[in-house]
Amino acid sequence: MSMFSLATLFRPSQFLTIRGGIHPEYRKQLTSEAEVIRMPVPPLLRVPLQQHSGAIAEPLVKRDDLVLKGQLIGRARGAMSANIHAPTSGRVLAVGHFTAPHPSGLPVPTITLRADGEDRWGEHLPRLRPEDADPDEIAAQIERAGIVGLGGAAFPAAVKLNQRKKYTLDTLLLNGAECEPYLTCDDRLMREKAEEIVDGAGIMARALGVARIIVAIESNKPEAIAALRQFSHGLGTPLSVAVVPTQYPMGSAKHLVLAVTGKETPARARTAELGVLVYNVATAHAVHLAVRYGEPLISRIVTVSGGALAQPANVEVLIGTPVTDVIDFCGGLIGEVDRILLGGPMMGQPVQNLRVPVVKGTCGILALAPWETRKSDPMPCIRCGSCVQACPCGLTPFEMNARIQSDDLEGAVKIGLMDCIACGSCAYACPSSIPLVQGFDFAKGKLAERQSRKHQQAETKRLAEARKAREEAIAEAKRQAMARHKAQAAAKKAAAAAQAAEAGAEAPPPVPGIATDVGKEARQ
Amino acid sequence: MISAAASMSALGLGLGLLLGAAARRFHVDTPPIVDEIEKLLPGTNCGACGFPGCRGAAEAVAAGNAPVSLCTPGGRDVALQLAEIAGPECGGGAMVATMAELEPTIAFIFEDHCTGCTKCFKRCPTDAIVGAAKQIHTVVPDACIGCDACIEVCPTEAIVRRVKPRTLSNWYWEKPQPGFGATETGVPA
Repeated sequence: MSMFSLATLFRPSQFLTIRGGIHPEYRKQLTSEAEVIRMPVPPLLRVPLQQHSGAIAEPLVKRDDLVLKGQLIGRARGAMSANIHAPTSGRVLAVGHFTAPHPSGLPVPTITLRADGEDRWGEHLPRLRPEDADPDEIAAQIERAGIVGLGGAAFPAAVKLNQRKKYTLDTLLLNGAECEPYLTCDDRLMREKAEEIVDGAGIMARALGVARIIVAIESNKPEAIAALRQFSHGLGTPLSVAVVPTQYPMGSAKHLVLAVTGKETPARARTAELGVLVYNVATAHAVHLAVRYGEPLISRIVTVSGGALAQPANVEVLIGTPVTDVIDFCGGLIGEVDRILLGGPMMGQPVQNLRVPVVKGTCGILALAPWETRKSDPMPCIRCGSCVQACPCGLTPFEMNARIQSDDLEGAVKIGLMDCIACGSCAYACPSSIPLVQGFDFAKGKLAERQSRKHQQAETKRLAEARKAREEAIAEAKRQAMARHKAQAAAKKAAAAAQAAEAGAEAPPPVPGIATDVGKEARQ
Repeated sequence: MISAAASMSALGLGLGLLLGAAARRFHVDTPPIVDEIEKLLPGTNCGACGFPGCRGAAEAVAAGNAPVSLCTPGGRDVALQLAEIAGPECGGGAMVATMAELEPTIAFIFEDHCTGCTKCFKRCPTDAIVGAAKQIHTVVPDACIGCDACIEVCPTEAIVRRVKPRTLSNWYWEKPQPGFGATETGVPA
C-alpha cells in the first residue's frame, strides 16, 4: 500500500461525524447567493416583551410615549430574562397583548410602535474597549444590549456567559453549521461579516477566559469556510475553523461539540461541563456591535425562502416587523401556499396569523409550496428501525411513540424521552409517515404542564396555610384584646367600687333625706 | 383570699389531670393511611368535596366512604395518587377515567355584576380573590384552585367557573392521532 492511499484514508469528516442524522434535500441555493439586503422601516412594529426563554420583560414605556431607536423599552425581570429595545424611533401606540409568533397563536405582552420614518437614534450604550475591559464589564454590556442566542432557542447570552463562574471552560465553539435546509442567514453573515464575527468571538473568549475559539462550519459552505480561514486569532485568542460534514442535525449544540471535540455531553447536562460553550455566529456578530458600537440587539438577518415566495432573499429585518411585511418586501407569495413556517423546515413552527412579528429568535420565514411538503397518511409501524438509525441521540423513537400512544408517558421517559432534541429526523426517516416527533412534542409539553401544575398545587397549599395561620392569629389577637378589655373593665369596676367604699366610709349617703323629700313631693 | 386561690388551683390541677388521664385512656389511633392521604390532598380545606376540610376527606377516603376522585381541585393526578394508596376497593375507578377529559377550571368574576360585597374574598381558601369593600373583585388565575366556594356565596351570581385559559408557558401540541387509512374525506391524522 502506497503512502498516497494511506493519506486518503484520513478524511477529517470521517472523524467529525455524528451518529444517526439524515441528509435532506438542502435547497439552500434559493438564497445562498443572495446578498443580505436591509429592509426599510415598516410603518408599524410589534415588539413582544418575551422573545427569549425565561421571564417576561417589564415594559418601561406607556401609550403615546415617543421613543428613539435603541431606547430601552422593556427591562429584564429576574435572573433569566433579556432587555428589549426600540427597533426604530416613533410613538408607542399600545402596551398590550398581541398574537405571539408561536404555533398556538396565544397572546403575549407586546409593545406596538408606530414608526415616524426618521429612524433617529437615541443614546447608544456606553462603548467598551474590549482589549482592556474586565470580563464582568463585557458580560454586563452583553446583558444591557439584550442579546440572546440567535440560533433559534433565544437563550439569554449573558446568562450563558455567566456559566464561566460555575465551570472551568477551555473552548468557545462558534456554531456556523446551519444544518437546517433552506436557511442561509448564517452562511451569508459569515461571508459578508467574517471580521466582525471573529471580533465578537474574541470579545466573548476574553470574557470567558478560554484558550481557544473553534468555528464549526458544515462542508457545504466553502465560501464561509474560506472567509473565516483568513483569521487565526480573535482578539488575541487563537481561532481555528473546523469543517464538519453536512449532516442534519449537526447544528445541535451537543452534537456539534461531539463532532468537533469527540466528547459526548452526558444526558441532561450542559456542554459547559465539558469545558465548551457554544454560541451561534450571529450572536458573536451581535456582541461585536454591542461592545464596539454600543448598539443593542434590534435587528437580525432572516432567510426568507420557499417555493411559494416570489423572490427568496436574506433580509436584515428590524425586530418587531410583521411577517407579512417581510413577505411583501420579498415580492409576496406566488401560487399555492401549503404552510408558512418560522424557522427551518425541520424544527420550524407553523404560524396561522401572518401579522405576527419577527423576534430575536426568528432565523427564517419559509413559505412552502405543496410540492415541498410531504403529505401522506400515516400507516402502521412496520418496525423497520429507520427511526432508530436516524435518531442522533441513540433513542428508539418507535417504542417511545408506542408508549405515548397508549398514554404511558412515564414509560416513554424511562427510555429517554427527555433526551430527545425534537430534531425531527425520525419522522423524516419514517417510511410509514408516522408523526413521531409530533408525539414527542406533545408528551414533553404534557409532562411539563403536569410538573407546573404540581408546582402550583404546592404553592396554593402554601397560600392556604398562610391564610389559616393569619386567621388564627387574628382570632388569637381578638381573644387577647377581649381578655384585656375584660380585665380593664373589671379593674375599673373594682376601682370604682373601692372609691365608693372609701367615700361611704367617710360620709354615709343621705338617703333617708332624699326619700323624705320624694315623699313630700308625692304627697303634694 | 388564700383559701380561694388554693381551691381554684386545686380544682384546675385536678381537672387537668383528669383530662390528661382521659386522653390517655380513651386515645383513638388514627390509621397512618389518613395522614398519608391528607398529605396528597391540596390542603386548602375548600370544602368542594362536601367533607369538613381535607382531613375529613382523607378520613372518608381511608374508610372507603368516598371515591378517590372526590377532590376536584386536585384533579386527575391527585385521584391517581390516591388510588395508588387507597387501593382498588375504594371505588371511583370509573370516575378517574372520565376525569382525564376534564380541563382544570378556575373562577371568573363578571365585573359588571360584582357589587364589592367581599363575601367571596372572605371565603376564598387560597386568597386568590383580590378586592375590597365596594370595589370590583377579581381572581388571580394562578392562585385559584377551582373549588367553587366563591360561586356559592356570591349574592349576585357574578362568579362562574371557566376552563383555565392556556398561556404560552403551558400550551402544548395535541396528541397526534394515528388515523390509519384516513382518506381525504376522513378525519385527518
